[in-house]
Amino acid sequence: MEFKSRDFSDAARVLKIRGLKVGLAGRPEAAPVIDGIDLDIRAGETHCLVGESGSGKSVTSLAIMGLLPRGALEVRGGSIDLEGVEITQASAAEMRGLRAMRLSMIFQEPMTALNPVLRVGEQIEEVLNMHTDLSAADARQRTLDIMEQVHLPDVERIYRAFPHQLSGGQRQRIMIAMALVLDPHLLIADEPTTALDVTTQLQILKLIAELQARKGTALLFITHDMGVVAEIADTVSVMQNGRIVERAPIHELLTAPKEDYTRKLLTAVPTLAPRAARPDARGGDVLKVADLEMVYGGGGVLRRGGGVTAASEVSFAIGPGRTLGIVGESGSGKSTVARCIMRLIDPTGGAVHVAGTEISRLPRRSLRPHRKHLQIVFQDPYRSLNPRWTVARSLCEGPINFGTPRAEALAHAAELMEIVGLPRDALRRYPHQFSGGQRQRIAIARAVAMKPDLLVADEAVSALDVSVQAQVLDLLDDVQAKFGIAMLFITHDLRVAAQICDEVLVMQKGRVVEHGPAANVLSDPHHAYTRTLIEAAPGRHWDFANFRALDTAPAPGPKGETA
Amino acid sequence: MFGYILKRVLATIPVMVIVAIFVFLLLRLTPGDPAAILAGDAATPAQLERIRDRLGLNDPLHVQFVTWAGQILRGDLGTSLISNTSVSGMIADRLGPTLNLAVMTIVISVLLAVPMGVIAAWRHRTWVDFLVMSFSVLGFSVPVFVIGYILIQIFAIELRWVPVQGYKPPADGIGPFLARAILPALTLATIYVALIARMTRASMLEVLGEDYIRTARAKGVRENVVLFRHALRNAAVPILTIIGTGFALLISGVVVTESVFNIPGIGRLTVDAILARDYPVIQAMILLTAGIYVVVNLAVDISYSLFDPRIRY
Repeated sequence: MEFKSRDFSDAARVLKIRGLKVGLAGRPEAAPVIDGIDLDIRAGETHCLVGESGSGKSVTSLAIMGLLPRGALEVRGGSIDLEGVEITQASAAEMRGLRAMRLSMIFQEPMTALNPVLRVGEQIEEVLNMHTDLSAADARQRTLDIMEQVHLPDVERIYRAFPHQLSGGQRQRIMIAMALVLDPHLLIADEPTTALDVTTQLQILKLIAELQARKGTALLFITHDMGVVAEIADTVSVMQNGRIVERAPIHELLTAPKEDYTRKLLTAVPTLAPRAARPDARGGDVLKVADLEMVYGGGGVLRRGGGVTAASEVSFAIGPGRTLGIVGESGSGKSTVARCIMRLIDPTGGAVHVAGTEISRLPRRSLRPHRKHLQIVFQDPYRSLNPRWTVARSLCEGPINFGTPRAEALAHAAELMEIVGLPRDALRRYPHQFSGGQRQRIAIARAVAMKPDLLVADEAVSALDVSVQAQVLDLLDDVQAKFGIAMLFITHDLRVAAQICDEVLVMQKGRVVEHGPAANVLSDPHHAYTRTLIEAAPGRHWDFANFRALDTAPAPGPKGETA
Repeated sequence: MFGYILKRVLATIPVMVIVAIFVFLLLRLTPGDPAAILAGDAATPAQLERIRDRLGLNDPLHVQFVTWAGQILRGDLGTSLISNTSVSGMIADRLGPTLNLAVMTIVISVLLAVPMGVIAAWRHRTWVDFLVMSFSVLGFSVPVFVIGYILIQIFAIELRWVPVQGYKPPADGIGPFLARAILPALTLATIYVALIARMTRASMLEVLGEDYIRTARAKGVRENVVLFRHALRNAAVPILTIIGTGFALLISGVVVTESVFNIPGIGRLTVDAILARDYPVIQAMILLTAGIYVVVNLAVDISYSLFDPRIRY
């Protein structure tokens, strides 16, 4: 794999941070959130800041922008020098003058980062109105120009659109246009592609690289995704608990990391190399889906026939103890399939057999006894547990509903806590007292408490840090082996699918385009769309865990020097 | 948009029909002879018979309802038992003062409360926020008549800036109208200032934590633009709801204030009608109040989509 290996020692230094400390406002005795970091970025350089959630990456970026939340965080010491201007000393008015002119920022979630009630064109133009004396006509022209530069189609129409009328990729292009319209010297990108599909991510990364090369912008790129880092970084800083523990050129960092923490981060990155399918016990299928179809909005009185097909002709089966992954991008219909199987929505066609019973047509009342056979784990453990219930109550509610005596349900809940690796006294606590990974363990325990035959995991590890992700995937594997549960694993992440799935089913626009053993689909894809997905996966030629190129590349040297 | 408005207008019809049935039954199902209730204690049998005849009380209930509803639709709300004049005429005479007072109150409330709420949210947990919230608690807890009499004592009796009581329509000159309307409007406004300021603050606090506010600041946008262009429009929906409800409550709730300030509005009319058991007037007032609520709610619903482009029906 090709890494960047440019030399920036001659380029102008745009940002120079020395000994920066950030702490909780008004609490000097509390441990600092950022504890004395140094950072240099030169014109044209891409500096990646990596680390897990809570490591201080985003706080660093907000400190540079002068946007630390007032009354919550404050700079305690050190300096942030942007081309000779000391940001820690700048007044509010000076800071406003620097933003968009000298430094800009793009954020993770373009849907929430754009104002929903203002037209996107106006939002870009506002930057010009704030910082320049351009006439209304010139400002509009310049706005349309930058929209062209970020390759938005039909810019006149999009100028007048509201954010909710655009796709995720288009919205992020608007954010980029807004950040770069005045050619700032420093661009901070905080997880700018994390919320996007892989193919969109690839386009946005290319766009940022193209504009950066043309304008010579210094780029501070914050991410948790080592694949993205491998693709774009010149230099990498690894952050942990508010400190930068290691800094190195990309090639050096990936091939010969010095710090244990860096090694741990890299080792946790799942490879795209699929697991070998486990033997198929074939004790009869737990779940059998035949010609499932879901059409939204069709068959109404007013708009007969003209519905949106979210899924059609979807057929597959899963045996006990095996995992089938459905992969696809947003809008591919993968979540629709999961919801139809759970009967959270009613499919418009086809059949769903769970443990031998066809449930797709059952009325709500007769469906209820079958609910215990299917359980689901959702993506966001912060929202899927009732915040006002103790863990014990969440875990026991289902079994008690199905007639288990309270004492027995509690005893089982306590066993489950051990199985998912949490202390027994966790039962008495509330969800907010746990980390994201622990909450997802609780969510899994809750699902397993029902002794289901089928577990649906809908993006169940997507919101977690990679190291935590690996642990939760292991836990799912253990639980599955222990109870012989069949698992339907919905994900957009091919690496995750490769880790856990026996079989993979690729969906695009509501249809299955490829289905087979994970080893076949991911290593030797037949459908063009599957190939596009795999090729879009960043860092796919690199085996992060072993610090070398993947086997599919030419044979690596002893330290991966040939990569 | 037009289709949506039409749909919402049509949806108000069932609500009004239910209210009309209720009002109709109110009189017909009251124990005792409606004619006797209408006629009052001193009625002669001949008078009772005339009233029965006029109301068609000898017809079946549904025929009575259709006849009555037909009259209402033609704008005939009946005749007052006390003054023996048409109820629609009486209301038309009294609606002007009440509406003028209500509009003035709500304008004062919005002009004071929205900036107060915005600034309290912006300076969350500082003395400014504390001051606004203290005023808000005060506004809720002091009774309307206490505020009214205190204002009269200070501005009308001690300072002699404005007359104590009375009403002059704006047609007679804006000065005399304002001089008489300002104290009742301020009196009425206190609770709405408290209410709207609280709602604005809560809604703004939520919006100020949103990502797009951070984006606006990252663009170097001035704070006042952040607050009023980026934040307030997003915070508008709950604020509009409370303003709309407030306005409707105002019109139906001006009873006490109109009595204190001796304003000949529908509040006084209602009080007088209830005291005199003037049933046709009471019926008409219930219908009118329900109608005002329905219209105001309709206006609020439509205004949502003006502030938030995502709301499309």
